[in-house]
Amino acid sequence: MSTTTITSDAGFAPALSPSLPGGGSRLKWAIADTVTITKRNLIAYTRIPESLFFSTLQPIMFVLLFRYVFGGAIHPGNGLSYIDFLLAGIFIQSVGFGGIGTAVGLAEDLQKGLIERFRALPMARSAVLAGRTSADLVRNVFVLLLMTGVGALVGFNFPNGALGFIAACALVLLFAYALLWGFAVIGLVASNSETAQIIAFPILFPLIFASPAFVPISQMPGWLRVFANNQPIGVVINAQRSLMLGTAHVPGSTAGYVIASLAWSVGLLAVLAPLAVWRYRRST
Amino acid sequence: MTKAIEAHELRKTFGGEVLALDGVSFAVEEGTIFGLLGPNGAGKTTAVRILTTILAPDAGRGFVLGYDVVTQAEHVRSVIGLAGQYAAVDENLTGRENLTMIGRLNHLERAVVTKRAIELLDQFGLTDAGDRPLKTYSGGMRRRLDVAAALVARPKVLFLDEPTTGLDPQSRVDVWAMIDHLVGEGTSVLLTTQYLEEADTLAHRIAVVDHGHVIAEGTPAQLKADLGATVLDVGLASSDLARRAAAVLDSVGAKSPTVVGNMVELPVDDGPRVAMEVLRLLDQQSLVPTTFRIREPSLDDVFLALTGKRTETDDDEAADGQSDGKRRGRRAPAAVATTSDGGSR
Repeated sequence: MSTTTITSDAGFAPALSPSLPGGGSRLKWAIADTVTITKRNLIAYTRIPESLFFSTLQPIMFVLLFRYVFGGAIHPGNGLSYIDFLLAGIFIQSVGFGGIGTAVGLAEDLQKGLIERFRALPMARSAVLAGRTSADLVRNVFVLLLMTGVGALVGFNFPNGALGFIAACALVLLFAYALLWGFAVIGLVASNSETAQIIAFPILFPLIFASPAFVPISQMPGWLRVFANNQPIGVVINAQRSLMLGTAHVPGSTAGYVIASLAWSVGLLAVLAPLAVWRYRRST
Repeated sequence: MTKAIEAHELRKTFGGEVLALDGVSFAVEEGTIFGLLGPNGAGKTTAVRILTTILAPDAGRGFVLGYDVVTQAEHVRSVIGLAGQYAAVDENLTGRENLTMIGRLNHLERAVVTKRAIELLDQFGLTDAGDRPLKTYSGGMRRRLDVAAALVARPKVLFLDEPTTGLDPQSRVDVWAMIDHLVGEGTSVLLTTQYLEEADTLAHRIAVVDHGHVIAEGTPAQLKADLGATVLDVGLASSDLARRAAAVLDSVGAKSPTVVGNMVELPVDDGPRVAMEVLRLLDQQSLVPTTFRIREPSLDDVFLALTGKRTETDDDEAADGQSDGKRRGRRAPAAVATTSDGGSR
């Protein structure tokens, strides 16, 4: 069997595909493919009513709900108003639960055969997962901006200045990005979108609520306090608060919180991203 | 001369036990349509998935335009197009967005893609629907877009996996016309189908697959000559009478008749002439048919002739609605009322 070059016969419309990428252009195509898939996922978000709701109305409703309904009954102490305390928690809750969309989206792509088609295209193998997680990162940025706007309207006044706030947002976005790869694994393992949701929810739920997200942990029993403060979401929330509110309101060293939080994010990413890629390669 | 597609002894087992392909070989000449004909679960889709680089074979080799589907997968992907029941389009995107996305993923220039999308939407009668999300498309429109998406990069080799399963008769004829047109332009096509009529209409050569084996191969004319071009169905009042009638008719057809219930099925070469003789012979024996008809052979007849048994009427859920072959005496289906997402993978 020889590999002959393809010659186009006269009268036969030439194939439009350019020659195959080699060397440096391989990376260029991988990025271009990722951008294409990212766009595709973002367009889909605007056309799926549930996604639109979870990315716009729900975050606004949560800010208002906690600020006005639960806020009156919760006293964070340290001279903080509840909205100041709340924002870090509600950020992580929104990007965390938002990640379920990543799992559901991938499960649907697999289920409906879209990934099958992608596999037969001369596109970068990495683009499906990279495009999915990039789109969800963009969505997370949008959600944080929206919630910041609403938070500012209902009384959040950036106690530690804009820089601290931006650093806190960057920290939560990085952590959320690492989590997205975990959701990608779930999406690839689940045989359909319902299963993806059923797997993702029970993992996320205790991590988000058994944490300092919404209430000061001083109210919790001792064993739960230890868990809440040391599980990854608790660690990230503490780091966010330290950056957003300043050490005057959050005892402890900001650097210590931030390093712990970065360590979790990088560690999770280092484990979950290869796991997702491995799972993608062998899912057919 | 390089073949468009070659399969050499392809083998694939799923989960260590389900044998999907058990040494399948065939070759497709450039510029021709090759039909893989078989019932649901015969291994057709598995063969397509291997040859389109989606799945690696356990053993055997596949080549597309001389490129090895395992070791030169990237080359293969740059010359093929795939459309079919399990290769979907994105229903949240519009038709145009889908075509554009596929074009970009084929690494075509943006301007080329834009132009190509316009051409294809026009060619497939989807210009008016081009800017609507696919969710609003009918099954036939969606399938047309699916085929259009496979053509964005003008592939030299096109894989169509059951392109008309689940379509109404008019849409089926439309898809046939499209395929025919493509081959006129020089594209080579591998078509899988459960419908003998479809393979007969479109394919230059047909391989019949069953349980992961190619059980017959040839031109439609050769196969039909082997099988008897047409079938006479003669119904009698009882199965006893049917057996007597079969004995009487033993030597008039192209092959011996088979008795199923109170029906005699007789493959023949020349329907009308044999029909007269059959009626004369039955009349001599005072056997009066209750029903009598001449029909084209169905996939079921092909299998009966080749394997001596009917296509399996297994309870495979994926066969749901796609298994007209199992309904006896039915010509290749007039209409199949299902959607394409049978769900098994």
